Amino acid sequence: MSPLTVNGADLVADHAGALWWPERRVMVVADLHFEKGSALGLPPYDSRETLARLEQLRERLNPAQVIALGDSFHDRSAESRFDEEDGRRLRRLTDACDWVWIEGNHDPAPAALWGGRVAEEIVIGPLVFRHQAERKRNVGEVSGHYHPKLSVAVRGRMVTGRCFLSDGTRLVLPAFGAFTGGLDARDPALRRLFGRGLAAHVLGVSRVVRVPLG
Amino acid sequence: MSLPEPFSGWFASRGWQPRAHQLALIDADRAGESVLLIAPTGAGKTLAGFLPSLVRLAADPKPRLDTLYVSPLKALAVDVHRNLLEPIAEMALPISAETRTGDTPHSKRQRQRKTPPHMLLTTPESLALLISYADAPEIFRHLKCVIVDELHAVTGSKRGDLLALGLARVAKLAPEARRIGLSATVAFPDALSAFLSTEAKPDDPRVRRVVLKGGAKPEIGILRTKEETPWTGHMAHHAIPEIYEQIKKHTTTIVFVNTRAQAEIAFQGLWRMNNDNLAIGIHHGSLEPEQRRKVEAAMARGALKAVVATSSLDLGIDWGGVDLVIQMGAPKGALRLIQRIGRANHRLDEPSRALLVPGNRFEALECQAAIDAVMNGELDGDPPKTGGLDVLAQHLVGLACSQPFAPDEVYREVTGAAPYRTLSREDFDAVLDFVSTGGYALKAYERYKRLRKMPDGRWRIGNPTLAKRYRMNIGTIVEAVTIKVKLRRGPVLGEVEEYFINTLTPGDTFIFGGRLLTFEGLRETWAEVTPASGGEPMVPAYEGGRLPLTTHLAERVRAMLEDSSIWPTLPKAVEDWLDLQRWRSVLPRRGELLVESFPRGEKEFFCLYAFEGRNAHQTLGMLLTRRMERLGLKPLGFVATDYVLAVWSLKEVQDMDALLDKDMLGDDLESWLAESSLMKRTFRNVAVIAGLVERRFPGKEKSGRQVTVNTDLVYDVLRRHDPQHILLRATRADAATGLLDVKRLADFLVRVEGKIRHRRLDRVSPLAVPAMLDIGKERVDGAGIDDLWDEAAEALIAEVMDPRPQGKLPL
Repeated sequence: MSPLTVNGADLVADHAGALWWPERRVMVVADLHFEKGSALGLPPYDSRETLARLEQLRERLNPAQVIALGDSFHDRSAESRFDEEDGRRLRRLTDACDWVWIEGNHDPAPAALWGGRVAEEIVIGPLVFRHQAERKRNVGEVSGHYHPKLSVAVRGRMVTGRCFLSDGTRLVLPAFGAFTGGLDARDPALRRLFGRGLAAHVLGVSRVVRVPLG
Repeated sequence: MSLPEPFSGWFASRGWQPRAHQLALIDADRAGESVLLIAPTGAGKTLAGFLPSLVRLAADPKPRLDTLYVSPLKALAVDVHRNLLEPIAEMALPISAETRTGDTPHSKRQRQRKTPPHMLLTTPESLALLISYADAPEIFRHLKCVIVDELHAVTGSKRGDLLALGLARVAKLAPEARRIGLSATVAFPDALSAFLSTEAKPDDPRVRRVVLKGGAKPEIGILRTKEETPWTGHMAHHAIPEIYEQIKKHTTTIVFVNTRAQAEIAFQGLWRMNNDNLAIGIHHGSLEPEQRRKVEAAMARGALKAVVATSSLDLGIDWGGVDLVIQMGAPKGALRLIQRIGRANHRLDEPSRALLVPGNRFEALECQAAIDAVMNGELDGDPPKTGGLDVLAQHLVGLACSQPFAPDEVYREVTGAAPYRTLSREDFDAVLDFVSTGGYALKAYERYKRLRKMPDGRWRIGNPTLAKRYRMNIGTIVEAVTIKVKLRRGPVLGEVEEYFINTLTPGDTFIFGGRLLTFEGLRETWAEVTPASGGEPMVPAYEGGRLPLTTHLAERVRAMLEDSSIWPTLPKAVEDWLDLQRWRSVLPRRGELLVESFPRGEKEFFCLYAFEGRNAHQTLGMLLTRRMERLGLKPLGFVATDYVLAVWSLKEVQDMDALLDKDMLGDDLESWLAESSLMKRTFRNVAVIAGLVERRFPGKEKSGRQVTVNTDLVYDVLRRHDPQHILLRATRADAATGLLDVKRLADFLVRVEGKIRHRRLDRVSPLAVPAMLDIGKERVDGAGIDDLWDEAAEALIAEVMDPRPQGKLPL
C-alpha cells in the first residue's frame, strides 16, 4: 500500500497491482492481457491466474466501479479462446459492479458477452482514464499501456519489480496480467511523459516501496 | 597380430611400435565389437581411435560416409582433423576427412550431405542437426564407426543426453556401425560402457573395454608462500610472487584458476610484477573466439611462457611443451585435478609436475586431500544421471523433422540410449504430448502443434517453418544472456553476463581481458568501454566455473581434521589454526555434525561444519532461515562456503536437532522453491531446451513494448495451476543435482540425524573465523528483497538530494 496524490485526488497504489481511489470506491487495473498464453503457445493458465487475483481484490476492496484501462484481451481473437469456466468467472466479476472496459490498441472493443460497458476514455472528477498517455502533458491522466517496471542495482545485485509511475500530475499503472513483461521506467518513451518529482511505486515481495526517480 | 601395409611401414619410418591398445582396437573392429578405451592423456588415444577406420578405408576407399567422429569441442575437432590429415598425406591414403561444425560454410555443409567424406568430424549439436534432415537415412546408410572423443566430459550432462539420443538414431539408420569411446580415467566406467552399448547395457559383451594404465606418477605439491595462507577468499592472490618465480623457472606453465574473475585478477597480478617481460597470456570463455584462438596458436608454437586459464583449457588440444601446471584455488575434485595435471607433459614415461595454491585455510586441507586422492589413484565423479525430459522433447521434434515416426518404435529407440534406459512409457508419452499439443487439451492451441498425427498413427512435423526454427534452436547449452564489450572506436573484446553490466554505472571501472576498462554506457547491443587510467576496478562477478566440492574430497577433508598426526605436513599457518581450534573448542569428527554457536555483538551465530559444498549449503541456509523465521528466532542472514554454513539471528537457537530435522525437505522446501531465483533460472534453461520459448538472439532490438515473455512468470503460473507439468518435473530433476543440490542435502540430513554435536561457546571459534569474514557478501531472497528496495530508495534519495550536477543519475 502506498498513498499518492494525482491532480489533487488521493489514491492508493495497491500491492496487488491495482490503483484504488477510496473516496470514490473506484478500482483501476491496466493491461490484463487475457489469453496471452494461448496467443504465444505458452501454458494456458494465465487467464485464470489473472481472474483469481481480480476476485481477491474485489473481495478485499469491494469497489463500486472497476476500470480496466485497455489491452484487457491480448488480441482480437482472444475472446474465442476463453475457457468456458473462465468466461463465467469474468462475467460474475463484471456483473458485480459498474465495470468499464477502456479500449486498448490490442482490443478496440471487448465483446458485449463479457458484460460491463465500453468507453474510449472516462472522466471522473479531477482524473481522466485512458489506455495510453498522450504526448502532451495532460494533468490528471491515469493510463496503462507501457507496463512499467524498475530495475535497480543494490549491493551488487539487480532487483526488478513492476511499478506505478507518477509525478503527481499524471500516473501510469503497471500491467496486471499474469504473463505481462515490462518496459524499464528509465526508458525515454516513459520518462518523457513526466516532469520533475517522478517516483516509482514498486510492487515488492510483500509491500509497495516508493522509489524517487528525481 | 600386426599392422597391414602401408601402416606398419609408416609406423617404422617414425620409429614407432604399434601399441597393444592400438592393435586391440583393430582387432575389435574386425570382430565387430564396440570399444571403450580408457587411457591417460599422451597415450595416443585419438590415433588409436581412428586407426581401424584408416585401415578399413585404405583397403576399400569407395566413396561413402564411413566414420563419424564426435568431439565435445569445436576446436578439438579442428585440431584432430589437422592431426589426422598428416598420416593420410604421408601414407598417400585415398581417404577424405572433413570437419562439420557451426563454423562450416553453408555451401560446404550442403555438399557434405550430397557427397559425404569418408570421415566426418563434428560436435553433438551438428550431429543433432544432421539427423533432423530428411536425407539422414541416405547420409548414414554406410556408416561403420562412430568415435566419441573425451567421452567422460560429455556423459552426465544434457549434451551427453542429446548425443546419446543422436547415437540411438544413428544406430537405427546404420545398424552395423560400431562405437568407439575415448575417455580419460573415470570413477564410473560402467556408465561409459552403457553409453556405447546399443542396448544401453553396462555389461554388453559387444562393448570391449581396453584400459591403459598411466605411466609415471605425477609429482604434485602445495606451493609454499612467504605470505601465509589467508583466512578467507578464493583468489590465492597472496601467492603471485612465488607463481611468477615458478613460471620463470619452467619452459611453459599453465596456471589454472576456477573462475573467470579469478583469471582476470591473477593475470593482472602477474603482469604487474612482470619485469622480465615474460610472454604471459589469458584464456577464458568470455573472450572473443578470435582472441582465444590467438592464445591457443601461440601456445602451440611455444611462444608463450605461461597462460592463465579457466576450464576453457581443461580439454583437448595437445601442447607438448607444457612442463608445469599450477592450480590456483582448490581443485574441487580429484578427477578434475588429474585432468588438469594431465595438460602438463604429454608423455607417458615422464611424470607430470603440478603445484597447488590454496586460497584459504580450508582450501589448504582440500588441496592436500586432492593430492592424497590422486596419489592413491582414487577417483571421484558423479554416478550416471537419468536423461533430461527437456532434451528428449527437443530430440522428438528433430526426429519428426527428418521422417514421420511411430511412437512405439521411437520409444524402443530412445530407451536404447543409456540415459533413457529407465524412461517409462508414460513419461515418453507425456513428452510426446507436450511437443505435439503443448500438453493442453485446448482448441486454442491447435495452431501451436509442433507435431501432427497422421491417419496411420505416425507423427510428422507441423510445417516446414517449424523445422527451420527447430534447426536454429538446436542444442542444450543455454547461456546466460550476455552483452558484447566493445572498445570505443575499437574492436569487440568479448562478452559478459548482462546482469553484471546492469550493475555498472557509466564511469565505473572493471577488469576484462586483462585490461582495466571504464564503462561508458550501453549502446544499442553492446557495452561501450574505454581504457581506464587507474583507480579501483570492479571485477567482473562472472558466475562461470564455480563447482562445489565433491563428496569424495569432503570425506577426505573430514578425515584430515580428525587425524592430527598429519597436520604438520600442512602449511604452518593451517597447522596452528587447527591446534588453536582444538584448544578453544573441538574438531569436527567423521560420523557426526559439529555445530558451534556463540554470541557476537548483538547477534547470535551458529556454524555448521557440514562439508557438503556451496550449493547444498546455500539451499540449507535458505530452508533454515525460513524455519527460524517461523519459530520467532528472527534470522538475519547466512553465508555458505564449500565447508561451512554460518547463520545469524537475534535470538539463540536452543534445539539444534529440531531445527535440522529432515522434515524441512517437505513443505519448507516446496514453498522456498516457489520463489527461488535459482529454480527460476533452472526452469528457463529447461523451457529453452524443450522449445517452449526460443533462445533470445543477441542483437534483436526490443521494441517500445516488450513482446518477449519472461519465463519467471510462466514458472509462477505453471506451479500454481499445473504442478505436474512435464517442464516442472524436468526442472525439479535438475534441481536435485544442480544449483540447488537438493539430493546431496537430503542425504546429509538423513545421515546426521541423531548425530549432531552442539557446542555452545562464549565467543567465535578459530574454525568459524573464515565464514565470519565472508559475512556481508551474502545474498538475500524472499521478503529480504523488499529491504533491498528500501536501500535502493535511500540511495536514490541521497542522489536526488546531492547538489552536484545530475550527470551520473541513472535516468
